[in-house]
Amino acid sequence: MSADRERGVTARELRRIAAVLARYPQGDAGSLVNALHDVQAEFRYLPEAALCEVADHLGLPRAQVYGVASFYQGFHLEPRGEHTCTVCMGTACHVRGAARLLETIERDAGVGAGGTTPDLKLTVEEVNCVGACAIGPLVIVDGEYHGHMTADRVSRLVAKLLGEGASR
Amino acid sequence: MTARLAGPRALTRYREALTRARDPGRRVVSVCVGTGCRANGAREVYAALRAQAEKHGVACEEQSRATGCLGFCQCGPLLSVAPEGIVYQHVRVADVPEIVERTLLGGETVERLLYVDPATGRPCRTEEEIPFYHRQQRVLLRDNALLDPTSIDDYIALGGYSALCRAFEMGPVAVLEEVKRSGLRGRGGAGFPTGRKWEACRDAAGDLRYVVCNADEGDPGAFMDDALLEGDPHSVLEGMIIGAFAIGAREGYVYVRQEYPVAVERITRAIDQARDLGLLGESVLGSDLSFDVRVSRGGGAFVCGEASAMMASLEGRRGVPRRRIIHLSERGLWGRPTNLNNVETWANVPQIVLRGADWFRSMGTERSTGTKIFSLVGKVNDTGLVEVPMGATLRDIIFGIGGGIPGGKGFKAVQTGGPSGGCLPAEKLDTPVDFDTLVAEGSMMGSGGMIVMDEDTCMVDVARYFLRFLASESCGNCTSCREGLWRLRDLLGDIAEGRGTRDTIALIEELADTVKATSLCALGTSAVNPVLSTLRHFRDEYLAHVDDKRCPAAVCKALITFSIDPDACNGCTLCAARCPQGAISGEKRQPHTIAPELCIKCGICRDVCPRDAVRVH
Ligand SMILES: Cc1cc2nc3c(=O)[nH]c(=O)nc-3n(C[C@H](O)[C@H](O)[C@H](O)COP(=O)(O)O)c2cc1C
Ligand code: FES
Ligand code: FES
Repeated sequence: MSADRERGVTARELRRIAAVLARYPQGDAGSLVNALHDVQAEFRYLPEAALCEVADHLGLPRAQVYGVASFYQGFHLEPRGEHTCTVCMGTACHVRGAARLLETIERDAGVGAGGTTPDLKLTVEEVNCVGACAIGPLVIVDGEYHGHMTADRVSRLVAKLLGEGASR
Repeated sequence: MTARLAGPRALTRYREALTRARDPGRRVVSVCVGTGCRANGAREVYAALRAQAEKHGVACEEQSRATGCLGFCQCGPLLSVAPEGIVYQHVRVADVPEIVERTLLGGETVERLLYVDPATGRPCRTEEEIPFYHRQQRVLLRDNALLDPTSIDDYIALGGYSALCRAFEMGPVAVLEEVKRSGLRGRGGAGFPTGRKWEACRDAAGDLRYVVCNADEGDPGAFMDDALLEGDPHSVLEGMIIGAFAIGAREGYVYVRQEYPVAVERITRAIDQARDLGLLGESVLGSDLSFDVRVSRGGGAFVCGEASAMMASLEGRRGVPRRRIIHLSERGLWGRPTNLNNVETWANVPQIVLRGADWFRSMGTERSTGTKIFSLVGKVNDTGLVEVPMGATLRDIIFGIGGGIPGGKGFKAVQTGGPSGGCLPAEKLDTPVDFDTLVAEGSMMGSGGMIVMDEDTCMVDVARYFLRFLASESCGNCTSCREGLWRLRDLLGDIAEGRGTRDTIALIEELADTVKATSLCALGTSAVNPVLSTLRHFRDEYLAHVDDKRCPAAVCKALITFSIDPDACNGCTLCAARCPQGAISGEKRQPHTIAPELCIKCGICRDVCPRDAVRVH
């Protein structure tokens, strides 16, 4: 059991997971989504071992934890790129041309929305509105919001992110 | 840590001490750091302001403040100066030294940072002079400009939590009656009378009751709830405490969209501050009420805004709605009586208790009372948040407040009600915006998203957009929603990509009726509204797509071509340099051309052309 759980994670990572889970009472099913968010904040995705730890801590079947983690768009079950480029696909951004921005990024990065470049440099993703609708279309690069975006500008941004990867 | 306040009198004394220490005439510079302004660099402006003010020996704590959204996001970063009420727009870090020296210290106005009314060419010094503001009635959003949302003291100094004291004086029954009499209806979309909902929950059998605040704000293109939670979190919390008192609830939850990290942080902090002061926890303000609130983050699923799905999510399960034979008010969270209201609904409560149902009824219409906040976005000049009395017309809002359509383009449609709503055409601009009229017109109020579309917006594309959204957000539990929306999305795709015929339209209409009639929750039953309302009001545009294989707004990629107008092009070569396909050729200073077989219609050439020479048709 414990060997199975330790697959792919170091003892140190297990300790990090335990530290996050210590914030939540054992057996408190209602904390599941919050706990997954906090674990994800630690690793930027949810490693399998973390799902198992969360299940044990909250006293839930693993299937339920996996079900929840895969149900919500906000959770990622695969490792993510060093950089993230997120395109807002909300209605306000859509009518100002968000789809074209996403196509440009997908073409430049060579991966589709939700995907990560093979060198783990860049993850491309969509979001349905982050509340900055008044200045759309909006692209978020590593947490920084960029309003009134154009295909040309976003293409330059992505080139920078990918280029940075090469030079490191 | 401050000691817990023992009772309403202690709160009054606390407030008096705060106001005594504050000089109302003291000049305060507020920088909006709401979502829009933040994205425009407002945090940097605020940091520069603090640094610069400190250099001049100004007491920053007292004379500068970072606030939530001020509404006029289009012109952000926005900065306002009290007590003069001066408003500066598009403020940059480089403007800060001048603002500190001339305005903060000198009381002068920096003319060049004022908003200029495009209609008159006149610079507007204060909010009242700006047309965007002076046509609004800001009841809920007003305090955003006046307080630091991370300070409970600011809220209390402005009279915060006195509604709670008033509620204690009135007693739970009278509070509930007042809310009922106010005519307040839920701001989350359905418009259910709030007082009646509270009553059902209060009267339901059970010893433990919950109140929940719906801050999932799933309508993509709306940010009213975000602005309230970020800008004035205590008003929402105070509403919840009053609700808990009237209903007899001991525990509360705020379910916040995880895409709003700042809102999560602000409401969490507000709860902690309220607990420290004895406004939450055992024996609130020395009364018999014991009530506490927890924050729960969403996971990025639209369906979790639906009441029963939200309960599932709060219980740590997948957000799948259930058939509501039994109401949440009887059996909600953990099977106990639960009262769910939207953020804006809760924020109205303290004002109703404090100023009375008659005051509230004096705003709005007979059956839709009070004000409503709208997120006015899309193809409109002045985008942002507007608060108007219910019953204002679409024209008042879009043209009167929003200043009409940019670039001299024609108005085409306005989308209200989010993914469950519909699109209304120009003929409907004089429709009063209230719960019942919008439904009668085939749209709905929804939570307050108002997305303006101009002649360059394709209505087939808009319908397709919403179906894509809803098909991917369907929880998958019931067949008609899961399969029906995927099929509808594909049929819309056929039309947008030139494979559609009139039969496709007929099939869409038939399938839409089925999905509407047979889906389990309101996501499915209302998902067909965007396609049905566009078919109703913009049928010609659908016909152009199927009969002529033409997209009149030049949006649907499969049906358009890009070309360069030789008369407008001066051969600057910029587009050729930026074209990712190498599809553009031409001599320097000679008109360029696009090779259609290479062009992928990415639009970069149009973005970069300084002379607007790229044509799409
Ligand atoms: C698919 C779906 C999504 C919804 N999303 C939201 C939402 O994001 N915010 C909200 O307040 N209400 C939302 N609602 C409405 C809620 O189910 C519920 O009616 C509302 O929160 C009740 O509060 P109110 O009476 O104060 O409006 C949604 C409903 C459906 C069917
Ligand atoms: S629609 Fe893009 S931020 Fe709201
Ligand atoms: S975010 Fe600053 S005005 Fe809206």
